[in-house]
Amino acid sequence: MSPVFSNLLAQPGVALAAEAAVKIAVVIVVLMGMVAYTVLAERRICALIQDRLGPNRVGAFGLLQPIADSFKLLLKENVLPGHVNRFWYVLAPTIAMAPPLLTLAVIPFGNTLAGFNLVIADLDVGVLWIFSIASLGVYGIVLAGWASNSKYPFLGGMRSAAQLISYEVPMGLSVVSVFLLVGSLKLSNVVAYQAGTWLIFKAPLAFLIFLVSAFAETNRLPFDLPEAEQELVGGYNTEYGQMKFALFFLAEYANMIVASALIVTLFFGGWQVPFVRVEAFGPILAGALGVAAFFVKLLAFIVFFIWVRWTLPRFRYDQLMRLGWRVLLPLALLNIVATALALALKLRA
Amino acid sequence: MIQDYIGIGLLLLTAIGFCGGVLLFSALTAQKAHTNPAKDEAYECGLPAAMAEPRIRFSVKFYLIAVLFILFDIETVFLYPWAVVFRDMIQGGWTIFVAMLSFLGILAAAFVYAWRKGALDGR
Repeated sequence: MSPVFSNLLAQPGVALAAEAAVKIAVVIVVLMGMVAYTVLAERRICALIQDRLGPNRVGAFGLLQPIADSFKLLLKENVLPGHVNRFWYVLAPTIAMAPPLLTLAVIPFGNTLAGFNLVIADLDVGVLWIFSIASLGVYGIVLAGWASNSKYPFLGGMRSAAQLISYEVPMGLSVVSVFLLVGSLKLSNVVAYQAGTWLIFKAPLAFLIFLVSAFAETNRLPFDLPEAEQELVGGYNTEYGQMKFALFFLAEYANMIVASALIVTLFFGGWQVPFVRVEAFGPILAGALGVAAFFVKLLAFIVFFIWVRWTLPRFRYDQLMRLGWRVLLPLALLNIVATALALALKLRA
Repeated sequence: MIQDYIGIGLLLLTAIGFCGGVLLFSALTAQKAHTNPAKDEAYECGLPAAMAEPRIRFSVKFYLIAVLFILFDIETVFLYPWAVVFRDMIQGGWTIFVAMLSFLGILAAAFVYAWRKGALDGR
């Protein structure tokens, strides 16, 4: 290494930035790979559930299908329909794709490996960051519906806005009981707290509310009303094609992966390995095992998301609203009061 | 710590660069668009484009939901710091519990009012 370069790296800010840049590169590459293969997994699993084969022609077991699909989308005709508001029409998929990438910053995907914390930025306000960024995603969808100047996307966009904001409230409230128990918004503290018992056993109702809201927030069945094909053609992305459509598609799957990662971090112990004291294996192996545990749990949840999609029918719109406002919201509020009361009695005893 | 935001800033640049890069790259690789009048029309399942007036009037219920959302979202923001300091402050007495209970009580009253008025029906 040249002396100029090592001197530069010795500056504290530069070293931190270099470390962050490496982590970001790894995280983005892993996320994009996971998105591509989650799409394939979804198609194969849905085929399995419906007693079909699914895509199995491109490569062994269809493993090259995502690559073929991405080439197809890249080579499609780049249509910019005459009736759209051009600037906002192009901006909308970008705004939809950015939030899932940004929320990944605070999710710890491992403890430490070779002295590095396995999280891009361990913010003190980690969960606030996630909720504030995740709620930006609705702008992409509403903007797509509005800028398309077409009926189906418009209806899809409006529905989506109502659905996303309705379920954001119970989602935000359900995690309050987690923070009552942990006493911190920092996600690494939340994971450290779960060294003994996972939070799902201490706050099961919060987990249930969070899970249902996560399905609604990611527009997955049984809550996929924004793109209900039978009623709205394609929903908010009807007028989109080529990579602009692909960005919405990627965003949907990236959202699903981020939601799964968040559920694992908040309720299933993040990178904690259950039943085994991994410290005994030495720091390197312990760190690697932690990362492996995180990804095993993450994959389990992704499969669960897919499984639910191909098992449950869609909600009707008024049922969706009733579930969010009349069931989940009061439940979440009661859960907060009950958790606070139980914690107060325990701590003051 | 402020250093943590170095990673956030870099990730922000990466996210913008990724989305913009994908769109720019795909513009280069894509087939040139061959437009015709039918392709420039809004998708309307084959009905004449005159039917496709997109700026239709929309039910006021949607705006009601939006207002309720703001109300409850702000409440959530108030609850976060309370939840974080609860463990420490409950040692000193029940004040922190009773204070939030009264806040939630007022909110619950408003919630019941909205429910009775039919604002939560979503139809």
